[in-house]
Amino acid sequence: MVHGMEWTIKELFVYPNEFIYWSIQIVMYPYMTGLVAGAFVLSSLYHVFGQKDLRGIARFSLVFSLALLPTAMMPLQMHLLQPFRGLNVMFTPHFTSAIAAFGIVFSTYAMIVLSEIWFVYRKFFVDQSHALKGKQGFANVLKYFTYTVLTLGAFDTSDRAIAIDKKGVKILAGIGIPVACFLHGYAGFIFGSVKANALWMSPLMPVIFIMSAVVSGIALCMLTYIIIMEWKKFRAKLAKGRGDESVKELGGVEIDVITKTSRYLLGFLIAAISLELLDLIFRGYTAMKSWDILRDVMFDTDFTKIFILQYGFGNLIPFILLLIPKPSIKRMVVALILVLYGVFMMRWNVVIGGQAFSLSFEGFMHYDLPIIPHNLETYKEGLFGALTVIVTPFVLFWGINKLVPSLRDA
Amino acid sequence: MSTSRRKFLKTAVAGCAVASLPLTAFKTLSPAEAKASIGNDKVRWVFLVDIQKCVGCGFCVKACKSENEIPYNVPVTRTWVERYVITKDGKSHIDTPHGGRDGYTDPTIREQDINPDDITKAFFLPKLCNQCQNPACVQVCPVGATYQTLDGVVLVDKKWCIGCGYCVMACPYGARFFHPVDKVADKCTFCYHRINKGLKSACVQACSFGARLMGNLKDPDDPVTHTIMTQRVGILKDEYGTKPQVYYIGLDERVR
Repeated sequence: MVHGMEWTIKELFVYPNEFIYWSIQIVMYPYMTGLVAGAFVLSSLYHVFGQKDLRGIARFSLVFSLALLPTAMMPLQMHLLQPFRGLNVMFTPHFTSAIAAFGIVFSTYAMIVLSEIWFVYRKFFVDQSHALKGKQGFANVLKYFTYTVLTLGAFDTSDRAIAIDKKGVKILAGIGIPVACFLHGYAGFIFGSVKANALWMSPLMPVIFIMSAVVSGIALCMLTYIIIMEWKKFRAKLAKGRGDESVKELGGVEIDVITKTSRYLLGFLIAAISLELLDLIFRGYTAMKSWDILRDVMFDTDFTKIFILQYGFGNLIPFILLLIPKPSIKRMVVALILVLYGVFMMRWNVVIGGQAFSLSFEGFMHYDLPIIPHNLETYKEGLFGALTVIVTPFVLFWGINKLVPSLRDA
Repeated sequence: MSTSRRKFLKTAVAGCAVASLPLTAFKTLSPAEAKASIGNDKVRWVFLVDIQKCVGCGFCVKACKSENEIPYNVPVTRTWVERYVITKDGKSHIDTPHGGRDGYTDPTIREQDINPDDITKAFFLPKLCNQCQNPACVQVCPVGATYQTLDGVVLVDKKWCIGCGYCVMACPYGARFFHPVDKVADKCTFCYHRINKGLKSACVQACSFGARLMGNLKDPDDPVTHTIMTQRVGILKDEYGTKPQVYYIGLDERVR
């Protein structure tokens, strides 16, 4: 069976070798990369710019961005027809290729995140190591051993040493912001530089990708922040009763942070939509050879996906919900989920939409998403493959959080 | 403790530097660069298709499939023949069932009957990899598994290709695909294994009508070069700047 044949439906004249080669995993790739970048940027807002109200969420989003990290790589790995050769990119990077440097950029970013987490949690590791020393039981010995290794032999917890740790965090978070943005703009370049593809080829692509990445990153962090705060409120209510001052205080802080952050979200949302519309208008106005087929795809075959699901549900409705004065948490949750959905649909419409028409401009291809897998290929490039990618960061976060409790003082 | 940490860091940095040396060595031995020295720089292989001579028999497609071990019954193919029928209403009717492998004996095009009286012109169009002078596929390969030889042919290292599909997406001609058995990128090689031994490529050999020819552009006495130099020839999708090296006699503006 030819790769792509199981989920590609051809219509009119399409070259014999054309199939939907880049399927849902390549939709997941820029989506997850965007979330990684967004989560890191949010944690940096506290560490670099000292946004005090983000203190609780900063540690969480830093550790969460570590949990998200492998899932930026995972869809690529799952998509490769020769997954065991994936490491060849590191051995023989061919630098004229936009993908070649991905491993390097990605590992740089991973090292920044890991070292930042180490600096943030070093004192914790040392404390744990001291506390567990000499305790009996297999679990305690294992934990003692793990934490001792994690300290990397740096047991100094004097004020001077802790100050150096904080400085390290600040520097790493500062370097991390441009690297995170680069990581994602780079994903946009991978698509924007494919000159054979009429929909992708646009110098605006990297910028559009960065803007929508920041949008999705902020939205995910706001959503998780709300979930954490609601959980805290719930615990406070259980402990102290509904009318307690602490519950009201928590609610006040929550709505305050969300209102402030939503302004940034609105700004980036406007930038993202403006750039996308500019791209669309420019294509229509210049009406190059490819416009006939692009117009058919945009206004006919993919109209619902682009204008109703992406621009309507994903952009316009949350835009209005965010603009209405006196924000409420419930309304925000709806708006944020829609924003996340809108960015996902944007990725879908770029990646799948770019392959919705033949290179001959004389025919169309439809991607029939494999739902129930009947072999490895339909699993990897189908719904369950994508769900695996979505679930992974949460599983990883659960594991990482056992060692570095990011929610303890959130 | 702090002195030993410093020492540890120093050793670690030095160790990393030493460890990265072999990687640099790998870089210079990247397949693309190493294999770019393959071939003869006194030769530039080019292909010439005379559209007026093609009858759409599909023998070239069959020959290619068996010579290059592309499974017979899968829709992908290294070379294919398209049928163009242009009717009085100005519409193009194009098809290529099985890449034209079985010839064109059925007058219906994509289940549509076309009245012979409505046809203004019709022709067959063989296609294959254009072995571009400036190949987009070679540019985008992240591991250098696809490379251009000195005599201009673009090849794929099947043992190094990771199967990412970037080259497949980058080719404006739809010449590349994933080999159904090897699970790596595949494409026409101009039958590099044959032409280097002085043999004709499988499709050229199979064409009884002389519609397909190959030659050396660097040899002015080569009859194919002479035709390209002296006659009106066209190339496909010039606008992508790939500088394709498959030339067509009798190319029509309808060709996509």
